[in-house]
Amino acid sequence: MAAHLSYGRVNLNVLREAMRKELREFLDKCAGTKAIVWDEYLTGPFGLIAQYSLLKEHEVEKMFTLKAGRLPAADVKNVIFFVRPRLELMDIIAENVLSEDRLRCPRDLHILFVPRRSLLCEQRLKDQGVLGSFVYREEYGLDLIPFDGDLLSMESETSFKECYLENDQTSLYHAAKGLMTLQALYGTIPQIIGKGECARHVTNMMMRMKREFTGSQNSILPVFDTLLLLDRNVDLLTPLATQLTYEGLIDEVYGIQNTHVKLPPEKFAPKKQGEGGKELPTEPKKLQLNSAEELYAEIRDKNFNAVGPVLSKKAKVISAAFEERHHAKTVGEIKQFVSQLPHMQAARTSLANHTSIAELIKIITTSEAFRDNLTVEQEFMPGIDTDKVNNYIEDCIAQKDPLIKILRLVCLQSVCNSGLKQKVLDYYKREILQTYGYENLLTLNNLEKAGLLKSQGNSRNNYPTIRKTLRLWVDEVNEQNPNDISYVYSGYAPLSVRLAQLLARPGWRSIEEVLKLLPGPHFEERQPLHVGLLKKRQQGENKVTLVFFLGGVTYAEIAALRFLSQMEDGGTEYVIATTKLMNGTSWIKSLMDKPEAPAF
Amino acid sequence: MSRIKIDEEEYWNSSKFKAFTFDDEDDDLFQLKESKRAVNSLRDIVDDDDDLEKYSWSGEPVGSISWSIKETSSSSRSAGEVRNQGQQRSQSNASAFPLSKQESSYSLSSLFKGLNKPGSLNSLSDAFTDTSVKSFAPELRRPKAEYQDYGGDWNIEDTVRRMKRGKVYSLERFRSLKDKLQLLDEAVRMHDGNVITAVLIFLKRTLSMEIFFRELEVRPVALQHFIHFLREIDDQKILRDLFRFLERVEELALSVYREHLNISNAEERRDFLKTKCIGLPFSADDAAHIEDHYTLLERQIIIEANDKHLEASGQEEIFRKHPRKASILFMPLVTTLFYSCIYHYTEGEGTFSSPANLKKTFRIPEKQYVLTALAARAKLRAWHDVDALFTTKNWLGYTKKKAPIGFHRVVEILNKNSAPVQVLQDYVRLVDDVDLRLNIAIKYKCHNVVIDTYKDLKDRHQLMVYRCKVDRNSPEEEKIDHILSNLQIRWKN
Repeated sequence: MAAHLSYGRVNLNVLREAMRKELREFLDKCAGTKAIVWDEYLTGPFGLIAQYSLLKEHEVEKMFTLKAGRLPAADVKNVIFFVRPRLELMDIIAENVLSEDRLRCPRDLHILFVPRRSLLCEQRLKDQGVLGSFVYREEYGLDLIPFDGDLLSMESETSFKECYLENDQTSLYHAAKGLMTLQALYGTIPQIIGKGECARHVTNMMMRMKREFTGSQNSILPVFDTLLLLDRNVDLLTPLATQLTYEGLIDEVYGIQNTHVKLPPEKFAPKKQGEGGKELPTEPKKLQLNSAEELYAEIRDKNFNAVGPVLSKKAKVISAAFEERHHAKTVGEIKQFVSQLPHMQAARTSLANHTSIAELIKIITTSEAFRDNLTVEQEFMPGIDTDKVNNYIEDCIAQKDPLIKILRLVCLQSVCNSGLKQKVLDYYKREILQTYGYENLLTLNNLEKAGLLKSQGNSRNNYPTIRKTLRLWVDEVNEQNPNDISYVYSGYAPLSVRLAQLLARPGWRSIEEVLKLLPGPHFEERQPLHVGLLKKRQQGENKVTLVFFLGGVTYAEIAALRFLSQMEDGGTEYVIATTKLMNGTSWIKSLMDKPEAPAF
Repeated sequence: MSRIKIDEEEYWNSSKFKAFTFDDEDDDLFQLKESKRAVNSLRDIVDDDDDLEKYSWSGEPVGSISWSIKETSSSSRSAGEVRNQGQQRSQSNASAFPLSKQESSYSLSSLFKGLNKPGSLNSLSDAFTDTSVKSFAPELRRPKAEYQDYGGDWNIEDTVRRMKRGKVYSLERFRSLKDKLQLLDEAVRMHDGNVITAVLIFLKRTLSMEIFFRELEVRPVALQHFIHFLREIDDQKILRDLFRFLERVEELALSVYREHLNISNAEERRDFLKTKCIGLPFSADDAAHIEDHYTLLERQIIIEANDKHLEASGQEEIFRKHPRKASILFMPLVTTLFYSCIYHYTEGEGTFSSPANLKKTFRIPEKQYVLTALAARAKLRAWHDVDALFTTKNWLGYTKKKAPIGFHRVVEILNKNSAPVQVLQDYVRLVDDVDLRLNIAIKYKCHNVVIDTYKDLKDRHQLMVYRCKVDRNSPEEEKIDHILSNLQIRWKN
């Protein structure tokens, strides 16, 4: 089921198996038949760890979603609540528990907190008078979830807001815990490099946790050479720009959740002959997107403009393969052909799906709205006219385009100008409040606090220096056969990934001045290894760096890092971890006081 | 089906769709089409069997957790068919992927020594903390501690550690301020938000607020956690007391202002804005916005009461012809202006509901005002009003047309409101830039403007080309012929 997790340089299936084992052990602890009551948000992430079959093997007979009121009837010995530690969920659980008929059907109740127990939540259960009803109250440390062979996410939606707006470090604690788990499985990471306040914080926590285990001798040969921790607020620009890779665009347009995407069903109608009268499905088509699908692995990180040629080439290959049947004469040849059919059939389905998705995306990318929006982005990023009110943004406000779209553009302009001129900022603010409602003052304040929107004041505009030194804007970009990471945004090279690239070669010492212009400290720590664990690197063997984005990462950034991994003379392969997979829309939404519809 | 197909073909072949790179030689449209054709042609060969796919049509992957919730919880479903199907599928699914059944040789716990004790030490964090503590710091072992009563004599460090590990603990024995603060500092040192919050709750309960706030002020991490906690439990009162104590005035103001969103009654919300929000220590800009917010709601309440009455009485024609779709309460300013341009356009500046009054009161920029009024009047097809919007008289009494938003935008908005060509062309003519004017005129089929513009440009060629585009024997064709036969014009080609 998860073989694709083991194809990468680091076998992430090890982590998945460890998490599965944890889960089984907990389930077995609650002996007898069970029903699980799910915090709905968790079903997605859990789906990446286990299927229903695993739960069934351990006597889970019923599953429900957590809802107020009475628990549904189920003739089981145990009822287990799988929940995030959130107060509002505790109230629902309390309601469930209080309405249980304890005499007629006594069932054992348990809570499994994911990823951590919370004293605050337990206090709430106590206040509601139900804490004593639970036999087990445990935690399941599902901090880092393997999403793909080179990708881990905590899927913590609110982590950026918590860290940069509310200064709440709970999610950083979970990140540190997750990193400790990784080290337990893959060996101590000898070198930790970081940039930003949160990075510093996570490192401190890791150091502390390590000290607490008083030299817990990790006897595993280290897999990772370096851990690079990056604060999202070191690079606020990248997520604001529209991602132009295939996967990035799918995410921008349809939103990828836990590797799944829901698509409009029309394009996927089963066209079987002789079944003309079949009704068109009305429910969205759901597809899983990961490297287990060969074709997807090949095209997901390409610039969208380079996807068409690949699909067309694949089509020819598959057609040719099917033509083979005419040449199959002998029984043996026919047998051979037939044995390949399932594989070919899967390839055909895959090609059909991605052709349909590409068609859907194309309709968006060729629309006037998309093009105009992109034109403005591509003016801002090289720093053109960022110091005055932009006509297009003004027009979009006048037409009452979705607020998130407006905010993305205004924030992008602000970031590309190291803050807007006071007059410009005031103008935008006023227009937004008058058109979308004064209560959005709260949202604007959040954006200002997070640094996404600000007044330049008397400070200098540092962006041009940063842009030039880090070569963030590249005029000559090759979308088909890229030679630089800037292809992922058709010209803009994501700052975060540039930092990773420059760290590998020639090192951050060369950009000391620019690092000082970016927020937060930069630092390096070493974790001493046992002599026996020191790696003797083979000639030509690549280093492995774990890049951890604190506050979220976009698919385009992931694509850029994968591009670097694959560079022939790159010398470094990357594994990516983050608190949340996100895009500009989901990001801004998480910062809004009152969220609304997406931008496209 | 064939209809759809034709549309698709048309779409893929049409040249008006361009890639977002503005590349001229964009052949991937063609390539997509090609791969699509291949896929379609293969349909005949391969039976389109869904068995191979891991997804049920309804979307959820078969055998996934979210899919199974629906399946297992549907005990009330009458037909067992669905469930059987489901089981079959998940069975075949499981057998197709034997990996999921395989027992793993890896486990976190096996990585640590001393974890042979079954039962109590199963969680990941236990695997870390307990085992390591047991193997490397035996003096901390308290095997029976779990069963001891609450009066355990743990010192501050031990207590915090126990809290961290989710063991039984008691804070009550820490009575002195010094102990309590040490407890807090230790929790902060551990970086565990969960423990910090628990200690904060204890301190909040057992310390006077003044002392508690004072101590928090010098402990920024604990303070942030406390603020977060107050937000979480929605204790606005203490939160505000705290902001006041810390003199974080803007945060205080915003937190009060946020409260208005919870008031659904318009009058109550208005009163709240007036008495509780105006005068709060916002920044100067924000203060002005808050005042506007209040004034707007006050207006809306008056307008709403008035118009509801008017609409019900059925006396006003405009309400009969265009019944109101929703109440105007809580709508943004620009929406309110639009509303007022629909229902109260002719009122003088003196009435609260008139557009002119709104414009003045809220200092609405001319551009914004014209855009909104134009959209509203065009929607009502009040072309005369539209005309008046752009007519200015100079002191000699001559009239002149002027549009602060540019006439190309005017045309766009009129077209969106399906204005007839006769109306459109008057405004297309007013577009200054000749190329832009031509483009727009062609786009919206304003033949007269196109013809006149070519005539002005003395471009006989284009005029002849355009002749083929207008209808046979139409007045436009006649007009072109008339112009072409005019010998006085000195054509440039």
